[in-house]
Amino acid sequence: MNGFAIQFAGALLITIGLGLVSGFLGTVFGLMLAILKNARTPRVAGLITAYTTIVRGVPELVIILLIYFGGTALASKIAGRYVEINAFTAGIVALTVVFSGYATEVFRGAIAAIPAGQAEAAKSLGLNAWQRWMFVIGPQMCRLALPAYGNLWISLFKDTALVSIVGLSDIMRVASVGAGSMRAPLTFYLAASALYLLLTTVTLVSIRSVERRYPALGR
Amino acid sequence: MRIVLAGTVFVAAMIPALPTRAENTRVITIATEGASPPWDGTNEKGELYGYDIDVGLDLCRRVNVQCKFVAQDWDGIIPALLVGKYDVIMSGMAITEKRKQSIAFSHPYAAGYNQLVVRKELGLDPGDTRQRLNLSAIDAGGKAVLERLRSILTGKTMGVLRSSNSEAVLKELFGDVVTLRSYDSLDNLKLDLAAGRVDGGLADYFTWRDFLETPEGAGATFLGPQVNGGLWGPGVGAGMRKDDGELLARFNTALDAAVADGTIKTLSLKWFKTDISPATSK
Amino acid sequence: MDFDTMIAAVMVLSSGLALTLSLTVMALMAGFVLSVPLAFMRAFARPALSRTVLSYTYVFRGTPMLVQLFLVYYGLGQIEAVRASVFWVILRDPFWCALLTFSLNSAAHTTEILCRGLQSVPKGTTEAATALGLKPMQVARLVTFPIAFRISLPAYGNEVVGMMKGSSLASTVTLLEVTGMARQMVSMTFAPYEIFIVAGAIYLLLTSLAVKATQFLERQLATDGTARRWRQPRFATTVPEHRLTTPMP
Repeated sequence: MNGFAIQFAGALLITIGLGLVSGFLGTVFGLMLAILKNARTPRVAGLITAYTTIVRGVPELVIILLIYFGGTALASKIAGRYVEINAFTAGIVALTVVFSGYATEVFRGAIAAIPAGQAEAAKSLGLNAWQRWMFVIGPQMCRLALPAYGNLWISLFKDTALVSIVGLSDIMRVASVGAGSMRAPLTFYLAASALYLLLTTVTLVSIRSVERRYPALGR
Repeated sequence: MRIVLAGTVFVAAMIPALPTRAENTRVITIATEGASPPWDGTNEKGELYGYDIDVGLDLCRRVNVQCKFVAQDWDGIIPALLVGKYDVIMSGMAITEKRKQSIAFSHPYAAGYNQLVVRKELGLDPGDTRQRLNLSAIDAGGKAVLERLRSILTGKTMGVLRSSNSEAVLKELFGDVVTLRSYDSLDNLKLDLAAGRVDGGLADYFTWRDFLETPEGAGATFLGPQVNGGLWGPGVGAGMRKDDGELLARFNTALDAAVADGTIKTLSLKWFKTDISPATSK
Repeated sequence: MDFDTMIAAVMVLSSGLALTLSLTVMALMAGFVLSVPLAFMRAFARPALSRTVLSYTYVFRGTPMLVQLFLVYYGLGQIEAVRASVFWVILRDPFWCALLTFSLNSAAHTTEILCRGLQSVPKGTTEAATALGLKPMQVARLVTFPIAFRISLPAYGNEVVGMMKGSSLASTVTLLEVTGMARQMVSMTFAPYEIFIVAGAIYLLLTSLAVKATQFLERQLATDGTARRWRQPRFATTVPEHRLTTPMP
């Protein structure tokens, strides 16, 4: 069992790494898409809506399987030569896609909730688009989006369990390998549950403390 | 535009390109299921072990390339080879006509056989479990044996590994009378057999033998003859992509040498306690 | 891209549709029934009781459903006492294991959703109902819950979609619903993209329908004038008592 404790420690790091990297990338993409969707032509907005609808309407499991198997072929075709996408990259891409799909909608909703008059007022004060975003819209949007955005992180850490299917030694995979080879499923899946609960609790506590520090303005 | 550009740069940076496929520096990646000991298993440090791994490492040494083993679930093991996740499959995989349509096989490196197991509490008469039955050449006696199995298995729930030959064989022989459950891994099938969710299963003989010796496997027993041939083909081989002809040729040369100098026999005795080295390496 | 495979996949995967739908619908129904009393406890009961409910919802919402499914399926199956008990009749079957896990998971999410709805019902409304002489049970049934349900509907819609997608996990315990069929077919044809794309499209269709249905229901229950104008005559004739039980006068 000791060997498995070490494995679980490594798996915890992999799961955290997966979550942090894909959450960060997903946030960046989600923010870009949300801004594009609010500002650009209807066609761009339509494309982005299609993206978020598909990502949010298809099971995460199916997205991960598609990217794992389809990713290498697609990337090779685009690059014109063989491109290797390892399990970690495939996992990150899949989770980033999922996270950005939801994050786009969260950010878009938050931006839409800011009264249009604010942007107009800022404009009349002579602020350019960048300044309007940095000083007026952005800060308010972040605060408005925070609670829903926090939930996305919790879902993200739970979704990392699905990535075990592509062979990454994350918490779930170590648990199922251990459950099978030691024939002790109860112990191993309980251990996995405890680790996931730890991760989601830490996420929840951090999000809550940020929320308290930056409550939505004017509420 | 800046955002789009940044996005493109970002996507490009995400893809770790590995263009180096020159043969001399190439690291060969070999996939194995890691859940079917003694062929291949995973120990508590997370390392892969077993006959597949030992034979693979020996072949790599002979071919003089660096090798790395990775674990891959069985039902995706061929698709992932085809898209280039790794270069070789060594996972107790039988050489079959159907698989040959998708991938190339080395000469066999083992001649395995398979057997049914059932839970003891069903009280079924196991019959002669040391008898061999070649599905490619069934005589009248063989037919009678299969008929008997068919009648006693009627209405039972049988587990198999998803996308395995056992699945195909069981479907073909008894598909209309038994309920088939397909599992992601043999380890999960064993858990369900121990829990009594399935009445039995069909899989590789050696995997079962190791399992039946464990406390959890004590409730199960072999049923009927040891079967081979038919869909299982000439034996177990290493799978490679069809366009990887050079690697295949080098593996075959190494394999012939390993059979000739008795290495395969030694490893077979180490893991299976029987010599199941292939009869001829052709 | 091979279109013949895709067409074949549409046919094969459709045969898993019934299982996907029955798992989803039954889990949602069981989860909802379970969550209504839990949500009331969580929102209004003594702190000790409320915290007990919270600990249940917290654990089920804080761990992946895949782990929960494996715990119920493989974990419970390992215990001798469970195998000897009457529950084994149910737990022996992968379908019931999946349904049990999904229901408990859905109940946990729905409890929190409804609890938030219950807590945001204006105090004045319930006080007014009490002043009119309604008993506590009647207030809960006729006033608090209907209002809370309407407030919760958008969030509950997400739960419906989530459960529909979550049912794909049943494929990991040998069930052949849409994803199970897809994985089975991939392992036979070695054509992962075509088949998983078809599977994705089927789920997209299902979830879109679920979203549309929720939006329709939201419109039906909306309290601003537009939707109600054409709602009232439709229901007033067939369901005379509807106005009484409908949320929000």
